[in-house]
Amino acid sequence: MTVEKQPLIRVQNLSKYFQLNKKETLKAVEDVSFDIYEGETVGLVGESGCGKSTTGRCLVKLYDPTKGTVLYNGKDIFDVKNKEEKLEYCKNTQMIFQNPYSSLNPRMTVKDIVGEGIKLHEKISDRELDEKIETLLKAVGLNRDHMSRFPHEFSGGQRQRIGIARALSVNPKFIVCDEPISALDVSIQAQVLNMLKKLQKDRGLTFLFIAHDLSVVKYISDKVIVMYLGMIVEQADAEELYRNPIHPYTKALLSAIPEADPNIAKNKQRIMLKGEIPSPINPQECCRFAERCANAKSICRESIPPLKSYGNFHKVACHMI
Amino acid sequence: MGKILEVKDLSFSFCTYGGIVKAVRGVDFDVNEGEIVGIVGESGCGKSVTAQCLVRLNPEPPGFFENGSIQYKGTEIITMTDKEMRKIRGVEIGFIFQDPMTSLNPTMKIGKQIEEIFVQRNMYNKKELKEKALEILKLVGISDGERRYNQYPHELSGGMKQRVMIAIALVGNPSIIIADEPTTSLDVTIEAQILDLLRDLQKKLNTSIILITHDLGVIAKMCDRVLVMYGGKIVERGMVDDIFYNTKHPYTSGLLGSIASLETEKDEELEPIEGTPPDLFSPPAGCPFAARCEYAMEICYQAMPPEYQLADNHTTMCWLQHEYAKAIDLPCKKKLKNEVMQ
Repeated sequence: MTVEKQPLIRVQNLSKYFQLNKKETLKAVEDVSFDIYEGETVGLVGESGCGKSTTGRCLVKLYDPTKGTVLYNGKDIFDVKNKEEKLEYCKNTQMIFQNPYSSLNPRMTVKDIVGEGIKLHEKISDRELDEKIETLLKAVGLNRDHMSRFPHEFSGGQRQRIGIARALSVNPKFIVCDEPISALDVSIQAQVLNMLKKLQKDRGLTFLFIAHDLSVVKYISDKVIVMYLGMIVEQADAEELYRNPIHPYTKALLSAIPEADPNIAKNKQRIMLKGEIPSPINPQECCRFAERCANAKSICRESIPPLKSYGNFHKVACHMI
Repeated sequence: MGKILEVKDLSFSFCTYGGIVKAVRGVDFDVNEGEIVGIVGESGCGKSVTAQCLVRLNPEPPGFFENGSIQYKGTEIITMTDKEMRKIRGVEIGFIFQDPMTSLNPTMKIGKQIEEIFVQRNMYNKKELKEKALEILKLVGISDGERRYNQYPHELSGGMKQRVMIAIALVGNPSIIIADEPTTSLDVTIEAQILDLLRDLQKKLNTSIILITHDLGVIAKMCDRVLVMYGGKIVERGMVDDIFYNTKHPYTSGLLGSIASLETEKDEELEPIEGTPPDLFSPPAGCPFAARCEYAMEICYQAMPPEYQLADNHTTMCWLQHEYAKAIDLPCKKKLKNEVMQ
């Protein structure tokens, strides 16, 4: 990556507020910028309520952002003039949802679910459609017999596979995976993870992988972005972030992972965070982490720390470093 | 350490329109004073049903005991009447539920919910009750108890609610606490707080804990002894080190292989367990894991393997331990040297 490459997705100063009532604004995402290059997997981690799903949803245009832009191949995705342009973007970006139980329409058969997008985007005969759906189902480990069944006849892992087949149906380049495995059992999680990795290799997909499980994110991502209360606190190459975390929140988050190894788990030095995540409603204009941070000074409570670069994609937002 | 709970050959089933679901099929275990026993398994393996049997929380009907006995300090729980059960449930055996968001009563103040188990027993007057509640709130790490006492569940965050749940489980001074996935719905940093709290309390009060989870990380951190459940049976049991470093059942080994840990290299493939868990409407005649097991032999499909005793506390239910079977080294976690960890 020595030559200046154009990012596939460039997020610039993206903010998304939800106006709850006259006085209260929920600032779900505030001033977030990052790039995603073709063929890579970017992991987005953080605790619940940190705005990671909202960011993901803005990228596939499920939400319109309050401020900021998202550029896809250099083109603003929110500045579309006609239906064709809109369809074109939707064809290129797809989403895999967290909950395989609520994200499939219970009244549609698998064939309808997977075929719906294809029919919208291209004129295709019924026979070709059937063939296409069959190859898609094969790619995700299901078969032809499953086509006429309804979602309730499948297990959680199989449903997630249907969700993935649906996302793949229009040959997208970029897929937002919003916690695709957190609703699944451990032994099934690995199946789905391996499949996502394989699909990425075969089809050259680009992923934004949203998750709260740091071990999984490390395993699948090239770059990792850590969010806290709507803001990016640290971003770096995956290896770098786990080897050399700089922001105190990242450090705490990493040390809180329950490791499946009794010796490590019982002897690991942990940084315990006090308190809980504050509410994102009308947050103060200061470092969002200041309240729980062990080394917070007065400056942390006065201004928002900018993202500073520490070489090689490693960026940290903290006053104290 | 005396045994306080003994479960023998417990089988519990549910009648449904589709037939009888054999949720738990012959489970034996006991719990000693002051230890943390972990039950681990995937959804539908019968771990929650087992736990709820211990305090008779499964609705009966449609559920019913097919077999077995549960002895709590020498008294039989299965044959108890509702009235007798109420004296044990919540007082002698505490229960922490999985989802703190839905298991607290939304229309009752926190304090009242904590006091509730005493109210029926007429043990204390109003003032004493409040003192008790405030004391227990402090114990579970809620600092401004006076204010929280008068709050409703919706005013608290997830972690706080789980602390209240723990307070409710503890207030009767139980000898056993059953924690059914106590941290599944919480964030990692909060999860770490709650697990530490549970362990501190366990040491301080010397209660036993039965910890049910699907997360091997939680097991590794918390437990002394582990039971691995699959298809309604305990397939392997042992001390926590036996389970992780000297795995003797292919299912446990598969579980360990399928989690990505921080040490997993990027180009390393995870080894998932292929297939899905067995259908408990008509459980297979042989080993429940046979259909997904890469080492499965002919006998595995035909007959249920007996429980092989490997060491004092380590048993496994697998035909691979039979003297005629090939010796296979199951992959397991490698024990790191001590100096590496410090």
